[in-house]
This record gives sequence, C-alpha cells and structure tokens, in this order.
Amino acid sequence: MTELAIIGDFFSAFEFIFESRESRAGTVQVGGLEEFGQLTLTHLALSFVSLAVAVAIAVPIGIYLGHIGRFQFLAVSISNVGRAVPVLALIAFFIAFVGIGFANVALVLVLLAIPPILTNAYVGTSQVDPDTVDSARGMGFSERQVLTRIELPIALPTIFGGIRTSAVNVVATATIAPYANVETLGIPIINFNVYGGTGQLAAAIVVALITLACDAGLGGVQRVVTPKGLKLAANPGGAAKRRLFGLIPRRSVQPS
Amino acid sequence: MSAKIPLAQVPEGFFTERDPDDLDCVAQGGFCPSWILENFDRYVDPFFQHVYLTGVSLAIGFVIAFALGLLAHRKRWLTGPLTAVTSILFTIPSIALFLLLLPLTGRGNTTAIIALVAYTQLIIFRNVANGLRQVPSDIVDASEGMGLTPMQTLLRVEVPMALPEILAGLRIAASTTVGLATLAFFAGAGGLGAEIESQINFKSNVVVAGGLAVALAAALDLAVLGLQRALMPWRRAVAA
Amino acid sequence: MSSDAASLELRELVKRYPGTDEPAVDKLSLEVPAGEVCVLVGPSGCGKTTAMRMVNRMIEITDGDILLDGSSVTDRSPAELRREIGYVIQQIGLFPHRTIGDNIATVPRLLGWDKQRVSDRVDELLELIGLDAEMRERYPAQLSGGQRQRVGVARALAGDPPLMLMDEPFGAIDPINRERLQNEFLRLQAELRKTIVFVTHDIDEAIKMGDKIAVLRKGGKLAQFASPAELLMYPADPFVEDFVGADRALKRLALQRVRDIDLWKGVLCHKGESTAKVRARLADADLEFPLLVDDEGRPLGWLSDRGLAGERVMEDLRSRAEPTVEMDDILRDALSDLLANQTMYGPVLDDQGRVQGILSLRAIAGALNIRPEDVPDSAELAAEASSSP
Ligand SMILES: Nc1ncnc2c1ncn2[C@@H]1O[C@H](COP(=O)(O)OP(=O)(O)OP(=O)(O)O)[C@@H](O)[C@H]1O
Ligand SMILES: [Mg+2]
Repeated sequence: MTELAIIGDFFSAFEFIFESRESRAGTVQVGGLEEFGQLTLTHLALSFVSLAVAVAIAVPIGIYLGHIGRFQFLAVSISNVGRAVPVLALIAFFIAFVGIGFANVALVLVLLAIPPILTNAYVGTSQVDPDTVDSARGMGFSERQVLTRIELPIALPTIFGGIRTSAVNVVATATIAPYANVETLGIPIINFNVYGGTGQLAAAIVVALITLACDAGLGGVQRVVTPKGLKLAANPGGAAKRRLFGLIPRRSVQPS
Repeated sequence: MSAKIPLAQVPEGFFTERDPDDLDCVAQGGFCPSWILENFDRYVDPFFQHVYLTGVSLAIGFVIAFALGLLAHRKRWLTGPLTAVTSILFTIPSIALFLLLLPLTGRGNTTAIIALVAYTQLIIFRNVANGLRQVPSDIVDASEGMGLTPMQTLLRVEVPMALPEILAGLRIAASTTVGLATLAFFAGAGGLGAEIESQINFKSNVVVAGGLAVALAAALDLAVLGLQRALMPWRRAVAA
Repeated sequence: MSSDAASLELRELVKRYPGTDEPAVDKLSLEVPAGEVCVLVGPSGCGKTTAMRMVNRMIEITDGDILLDGSSVTDRSPAELRREIGYVIQQIGLFPHRTIGDNIATVPRLLGWDKQRVSDRVDELLELIGLDAEMRERYPAQLSGGQRQRVGVARALAGDPPLMLMDEPFGAIDPINRERLQNEFLRLQAELRKTIVFVTHDIDEAIKMGDKIAVLRKGGKLAQFASPAELLMYPADPFVEDFVGADRALKRLALQRVRDIDLWKGVLCHKGESTAKVRARLADADLEFPLLVDDEGRPLGWLSDRGLAGERVMEDLRSRAEPTVEMDDILRDALSDLLANQTMYGPVLDDQGRVQGILSLRAIAGALNIRPEDVPDSAELAAEASSSP
C-alpha cells in the first residue's frame, strides 16, 4: 500500500464525519455531522453520568477510609482487581446476566470508574504527612476540620488524577456500549457492514480526539487544584522554572 | 450426532445435548454447564491466540521500554519527552488505536501487537526510569569508587536494585495487556474477545470466555510475582 | 503583649496502651507553677512524649488526672482545650499548602478573631521570631529548617496560649542552629513567661532550658524532679547520676556567672605610686602579683618584680592582663578563657572596664561547692541575659 492510499483513507474518514453518504449496501444514508453529533452527544452523556455517579460514590468512601487509615489492602487492591477484568468481558457479563440499555451500561461504567478514583482518594488522603495532621489536631482542629482543611486540599491533585484516569477509561469504554443498545460512537465501529472501513476509521478518530481532549482538560483541572505550596514542595527549584514536558502532570496508569 | 441413548444409561450428573432441559437452556442463552463441557474445545484456539498476543506484546514491549528506560537514565533530558510521547499513546483508547493502525498495517496480528506494545511502554518505561533514579547515589558512587565501570555498575548494582520497581511495572503491564487483547478482534487478530463478541447474549459463552481472560490475567500476575521472588530472594515481593 | 500563664499539675498520671502489659507512663506526679519551664527528659522510649500528649488530650488518660489552672483537662472538649495550648513537635508539621502567614493564623482563626486582629497578630509574631514581613506570603517549602522551626513556634504562640507543649522542638536542627534557637527561645520566654512543658532527650538542653527538670526512667516513672543545679549536685540515684553524666560538675559551671562566686581581691597599683604601700597591701592579699591599672582603673598588665624594685612603681610588665572576663560571663566560658590563655588568673571587669576583682582557678573550684539554693536558675539567667544589651 502506498503512502498516498493511506492518506486517502484518513482523508475520506474525515470527509465521512462531515458529509453523509450511502451505506455499504446502499440502502440508507450514513455518516455526516448530524449523525456524528448525535452519537457524540450520547457518548458524552453516558460517560458523564457514569463518571459523576462514580465520583459521588468513590471519593467520599476513599477519603473516609484514607482519613481513618484502615482497609488499606482493600482500597489499594481494588484497582488491581479492576485491571484484571477485561472491560469487554464485564460488559458482556452485564448484557447476558443483567440487561441492556442506558442504565445498565452506565452501571458497568460506574463499576469500571470506581477503582482508580477510590484508590487515588484513599492514597491521596492517607499519605498526607502524619505530622501535619498531628499538629492540626494538636492546635484544636476538629476531625471534620482536619479532613476538609488539611487532608482534602493536599489530596486533591491525587484525587483528580484518579478521576482523570477513570474519565479516559469511561470515554474509551463507552465505545462498546452499542452491544447493549446504547448508540454511542461505537455504532460505526461495530456495524462494519453498514458503515464500512471508512466509517470505522472516522469514529475511531473522533473517539481518540475526545479522549485526548478529556485527558488534557482534566490534566488542566488537576494542575489548577494543586495548591501552590505543594507544587513548590515537589519542585524546590521554584515556580518560575517550568519544564517543557511538565505540561503533563503525573497520573495513575491504566490504558483502555 | 450420537445414537439415541436412554436417559437411564447416562451416568449421573452427565447431561447430553439431547437433554430437553439443556436444549432449552442453550436456546434461552442461559448458563449451561453441560454445553460448556461439550463445547470447551472451541475456546482452546482463541485462548492460545490470546496468550500469544499477550506474550509477544509483553516481550517486545519490555525490551523496548527497558532500553528506553536505560537511555533516559543516561540522558536525563530524554525522560520528559519520552514520558510525554508514551503518555499520549497511552491515552488513546485501544479500539481507536487498532482502527487507526488498520490503514497502515492491515488486519491481523501485526496491528494488534503494535498497539499492545504501545500500551506497555509508559508503565514499564516509567518504572524502569524511576527505579534506576531511586538507587541511592552513594551506592553508585561506592561502586564506581571500587573500580566498576559505569556499565558494570549499571548491570550489577543499579538494575538489581531497581528490580522491584521494574517488575512491579511488568506486573501491571501484564494484566493490562490481557485486558486490552480482548479488544484485539477489532484489528482482526481474534483472541478471547472475538469469542465473547460472537455471542455476547449467551451467558455460557460470556462466562467461559471472560473467565478464561480473567484466569489468564491472574496466572500472569502470579507468574511475575514468582519471577520477583526468584530474582530477589533477599526481599519480600513488592506489591504492584 | 499579654502574658498570662496557667499552672499545670499532673496527678498520679497513668497511661497504659492497649495490648501492652507495662504502662508507658506510671503514676507520674508533677507540679509546674505558672510561667515556668518544666523539662521532661529521659532515655528514648521512656514515655516523655506520651506524658506530654496527655496534657492536650492527644492521648487519652488511662488513670490519674491533669489540672490546668486547677481544673481537669478531661472536663473540656479536646478541640477547645487544644486551641488554648500551644503545640510544637520536632517535625514541626507546618501545613504545606498554606502560606507562612496562614499557618501562623491557624489558631486565631479557629478562635474566631476578626481579620484585622489576625493580621496584626501575624505581623507581631513574625517580628518576634525575627523573620521578614515578606516571608508571610511564602510557603513552608521555601523556608530553611531553622526558619520553619521558628514559624512552628510562632504558630503555637499565635493564640497567646497560657501553656505550651514542645516535643523535642529543636531535635531536627543542626547543633549550631539549635544553640541559636535555644537562646532565642530563652529570650522569648524571659519576655513572655509562658508555662511550658518541654520534652528532650538531651540532658544539656534540659539543663539549659528548664526551671525544673523531670527525669523519667523506662516505663514512665519519675526518677527525680528538681531544679537544674539540684539535679547536678544531688542526683537522686545512680540512674540519674549516670543520665546526668560524669561531667556534671562542669555542667554546673554553665549555670553560674562570674558575679555569682567569691572573687579574689587583687592588689591594684598605679604608676608612680609608692612601692612600699603596694608591698604592704600585697602582704594580706589573696594574690602575690600586683595588677597595674590606669587612672580610670582599667587594667594595663601584671607588674613585674623590676616594676616594684624602685621607690615608685614603674611601668614594667611581666605580662599583659589577658584574658579579662566580665561580671556577666558564664563561668564555664570564663574558665575556658583562662585555660585557653594558659593562665590561672584573670581580672574581672565591670561595665566601664574597671577591675572589680580577680577570677582564679581556685575560686572556680570553690564555687562548685556552692549550696544549690544559692545557684540561680536558668530563668533568672535568661532574664538577666535579656536585660543586658
Ligand atoms: N500508640 C502506641 N501504642 C503502643 N505503644 C506505644 C504507642 N506509642 C508509644 N508507645 C510505647 O510507649 C513507650 C513510650 O513512648 P514515647 O513515645 O512516649 O517515648 P519517648 O520518651 O517520647 O521516646 P523518644 O525520646 O524516643 O521520643 C514506648 O515504649 C513506646 O513503644
Ligand atoms: Mg518522643
């Protein structure tokens, strides 16, 4: 295959996003901005709902466990277990045993998103220097105040790191939601017979761009919520010295 | 397939496909132990294809990432760019990457392995680089002071001391790769994912294929743990 | 600055950690009058930290009681109690995500002070601990270890607490800076007069900082509770004697000043004075060498035999009057000066540089027999130190 042909593939994939055309069988019109807009909207809605629920569940639990410093094994190994279960198997299991539709897929994505957030919330909270916590208590902070004024601000960057990891996972995994009848950007990928290779490629490009944007956006949030004093502590050279590739803050690892 | 056997002659606990209950079970896409027993052999090839994809990707991925880690250890300024590039690769969803590679490398194992290798890079590279960096500088100093060349110091002191971190990275990479390989059928490389997808409503199928994938991940995890113990008898294994 | 202080009393205090047989603190009774520094000292693991942390209820009391100004600490809610007790630990525990100003303002804000008052208080404390006002906006990561420790002390003082608890506050600081911080602390304490419980495992630090020292032995038992001088002169038992160290006589020198001991009267003479009179004075002096002084009474040097040979005193010196010591010099330093100059005698000068007497090695030796009640305690020394320029 020549370079030209490859470029041609990608070019027509881009075209596919913006202009509809006949399906492979020639029976319906597929692609185009309207369809992709709709698919993207569903994709993002599904991802957002799942992530929000996961955050609402995992952050309080993780912070609480980190605060009392118990159940470390559980909080940390939950993400190891999470990694060992393939997402496709998880979704298939839900389709076969629980059911299909938006709510069920969202439930799967919530389960998928919880471990990294929980673990990061736990680690972020429990790794706050015990002497800092001790002196806060010693000065008369209530347990609540220790949590909200000391542990939470210091743990925030780590917590957002977990949310970021999960967000990328959820957006990526939402691609296989059409198996459960939820029409996300996975539709052109999974229905090869209708959309063809060009449609597949087009959807892949959109999914990749959305994930990268999500990652970069949450990376920005992560940087914003990092207290200045902590940045200085991590990089004693001073705030002015900004490395070129410091643009990508450290995060927990989990590809999707 | 077989001649009709009266039910009474069948040993207890053994159901044939002609058992009416059982037929019903399969028709309803249920969880049918007898169907699983009869059809288990159809999972053997996909399973070994899965093992092949995972194993080859991990091996190639480890060699490349380890080399990059050593390189970044020597030339510190490379750490940033390498981390950035591997991070971006890492963020792209695997399904998208499989499909993005199709125009370049076509359907098949090559495409699947290229993508899977890409995903091992960040984890292993970062652990290698971190592990080497965390070796106390006075130990390196002492080693060179005793007359070891930089290469000898690297191989006899730094790498062994970084081993826990390196193997922890390999452990994470292993279970991750098993999971990602279930999506390799999008690149036309089969594996257990293809089996799951082919009958995604059939409980028996989902349980067996999914179960095999989880079991493979667990087995690999234990294998790396065993490697860790074997290579470092002097310390307890470090959890990933 | 207000300087109210509370009295503290530990009564038969016991701490038994769950799952341990031996108590960590065992029937410990101490009384600390308001405004005094009580040092808890003892070997590692003897229960100093445990005893101290029961005072602000960071550790729950197993048995016995702690009275703050006569009322039990167990009657108060822990958070409320702690806001009235300054707390400094070895690791300092500054909040890394807050500026120095915010760190210092912690307790005043918890106490609900208004903004202006908090801000003024922060400025006041920064000045008190000798940090520039611009440090206010810095973060802990941008400070040196010594500066951080000062901020830790300022933060503990911010709510003007009547009682301060300090657990090895200078333990992580290098020796030179530690000495500086100790002196600074004594200067501050002379001014503030807080009641302070100070934990250390360094007996020298205990002697330097404490009005009273409680020596604990393993298991949190009180071995001796006494003033530094008493502890050095009359250790209660072999454990304390051993803990105080074989050089305890020398350590006592650190507690006394030149003015506190009986100085020798030297024979002073002026140039051109009658040698006969000088000889007559020499007959009943402690020292057989006359010291030549100028018209102001300032020392010129030790007169040689030839200087006394004629009718009138001539300026002929056997040696210069080195070293000279001052009335306020610490005895240990004065002794060190004498030894460094390889001499047995040194003129003692007052503020104007006039000779007030002679310090000799024998006089120092005599001073070590001094009765403990006559030895000033470190707070008095500190007060004097802060009043002298
Ligand atoms: N939370 C705890 N649970 C059980 N035992 C404890 C606990 N904290 C301290 N101990 C034990 O109580 C004893 C006294 O400890 P403490 O911390 O008070 O010693 P310390 O005198 O401050 O020692 P150091 O000089 O080393 O700081 C020690 O034997 C210690 O092991
Ligand atoms: Mg202690």
